[in-house]
Amino acid sequence: MDNRELIARRVAKEFKTGDLVNLGIGIPTLAANYLPDNVKVILHSENGFVGLGPVNGLEDPDLTNAGGKPAGIAQGGAIFDSTMSFAIIRGGHLSSTVLGALEVDQEGNLANWMVPGKMVPGMGGAMDLVVGAKKVIVAMEHVGKGGAHKILKKCSLPLTACKEVDLIITDYCVFDVTSKGLVLTEKAPNVSLQQIRESTTADYLISPGIKEMVV
Amino acid sequence: MSKVVNIEKAMNFVTDSSVIMIGGFLGIGTPENLIDAVVGSGLKKLTIIANDTSFPDRGIGKLVVSRQVSKVIVSHVGTNPETGRQMHAEELLVELVPQGTLAERIRSGGAGLGGVLTPTGVGTVVADGKPVIVVDDRQFLLEKPLRADIAFIKAEVADTEGNLVFRRSARNFNPVMATGADIVIAEVNLIVPVGALDPDEVMLPGIFVDYIVKE
Repeated sequence: MDNRELIARRVAKEFKTGDLVNLGIGIPTLAANYLPDNVKVILHSENGFVGLGPVNGLEDPDLTNAGGKPAGIAQGGAIFDSTMSFAIIRGGHLSSTVLGALEVDQEGNLANWMVPGKMVPGMGGAMDLVVGAKKVIVAMEHVGKGGAHKILKKCSLPLTACKEVDLIITDYCVFDVTSKGLVLTEKAPNVSLQQIRESTTADYLISPGIKEMVV
Repeated sequence: MSKVVNIEKAMNFVTDSSVIMIGGFLGIGTPENLIDAVVGSGLKKLTIIANDTSFPDRGIGKLVVSRQVSKVIVSHVGTNPETGRQMHAEELLVELVPQGTLAERIRSGGAGLGGVLTPTGVGTVVADGKPVIVVDDRQFLLEKPLRADIAFIKAEVADTEGNLVFRRSARNFNPVMATGADIVIAEVNLIVPVGALDPDEVMLPGIFVDYIVKE
């Protein structure tokens, strides 16, 4: 199993039947492939519908996901405009949102929308999603290119939102973001506590009940 | 009186330096023929308000490539490398707005409101220079309304009085933009006689639409 699949499989365990979930582009989107058979969630697509699913039959040029890729809409789905889509997002109607990160820190701050002077794609719907969803899950590879740390004491890049992250799921481990800071609750198979320590700049507590990640 | 016109008549309303709202999400639900007519017109120094700048060969992306735009107000530019290039070369002014905030600023402009209070962007660079207003112990940014000289929108069906039906995720920003511009021009796939649409199925009242062009 590659690292991205491991993370996606672990993310999929966060959902329960009836949840309304928005999945970001990349690893978060993969999580939809690993939902247990008995868990039925509703996926929200910020370009304006609930019931996002795979293409069913022929591709429809008027129906894409928020990344502009052809998509399907499940039975029971509903279409709406952008103001309704973001009323759903900002109004606390999303059970959870899952996003990637460039950096996340021990206070739950998230940076995932720009690197000044290098990469300025824009925030799209990310700032609204992180502020509005009941639960914010960051899903990402634990270290960046060249081993760069991404879980920091304080984000250095421009923030997406302040203190909104609830859970961090990586290919090394799972951190809960609590009022006391980060708490390491699970570690991946074949990853040592030492490796996690050496790959994480942030301070964190180790939960007395720390478990091996089950995926 | 029928609002159906040819595309040349519709172009009479656009001038150099016009502020234009254009519907669509990564090119889905964008009036391509109206955009092609603007490209053909050679008009310059346009300000475009839209969700994104699409791809270089599609939708709003074509206007950026043809260098007719001096400013864009959008949530995302990452799918159009030419937008990024012109932004970094300081040839194009890019105002990045969180997607939900963009929708609400347009709605405010169309609904006679003095703006909107949103928690999105608090504590980020988006808050720079904006009043922070505390309501019931929670911080909100005051985001001002947006209006345009012209809105170019895309719908599936119009009756000759401009009542519109949208299709799938091509709806997105189109209905709200129709409320926020002085002149609204809808490009549609199908035009039907008045009375052919049940009032319950109309998604945007024809009172907002000034002219209709057929794809």
